[in-house]
Amino acid sequence: MRAAIVLFPGSNRDADAARALRQVSGVEPTFVWHDESELPTAVDLVVLPGGFSYGDYLRCGAIAARARIMSAVTAHAARGGLVLGVCNGFQILCEAGLLPGVLMRNADMRFICRMQHLRVETTQSSFTRAYRPGQVLKFAIAQGEAITRRTGRRLPG
Amino acid sequence: MKARVIVTLKSGVLDPQGKAIEGALSTLGLAGLTSVRQGKVFDIEIEAADRQAAADQIKAACEKLLANLIVEDYVVEFV
Repeated sequence: MRAAIVLFPGSNRDADAARALRQVSGVEPTFVWHDESELPTAVDLVVLPGGFSYGDYLRCGAIAARARIMSAVTAHAARGGLVLGVCNGFQILCEAGLLPGVLMRNADMRFICRMQHLRVETTQSSFTRAYRPGQVLKFAIAQGEAITRRTGRRLPG
Repeated sequence: MKARVIVTLKSGVLDPQGKAIEGALSTLGLAGLTSVRQGKVFDIEIEAADRQAAADQIKAACEKLLANLIVEDYVVEFV
């Protein structure tokens, strides 16, 4: 599996993403600078890593979402290519409209830093097909924002 | 030409930052404040053929970047 990791000014979890991809796929991922207009050829997975792109200026991920590389990332997704956004990368995908919703500061004003259990609801996805349906996973989370949608109903971040 | 854009959260959208600021003002002993909501101001200088052309550009700037239209409103005034 060939992966590309997009770098924005302020991205800082790119090395983590590269290490994980190297371990899992055995293939060295390619780094792509935000100002490029094209992704490398034959990329299977595009990863937007964590960090503080553009210092979280304006809104988290807002400026990165408008970077030149993002039209190539959008086209890749439209063709059925895989895109994974981690933390700030996820914020960027929401701001870019590739994911629905918008992230707002946690309502209780706390930064949440803990382990979180998640249940696999579907294995009909490239990201979850190696799991069993209903499998419970444990992830480390560290976040100051939660996702909300137009209805105003908040999903805990 | 100079324009001022004010971006605010839509009415009804929770504003935890505003709440935190409200709490801090109360801690300072400022009584009677029942609500504080935080917004953003952008002062923009723009060269354009006329006021309408400038207004169109600023509107595009608001809709494409300055405001997240899911949860924010914007107001433009020329100064």
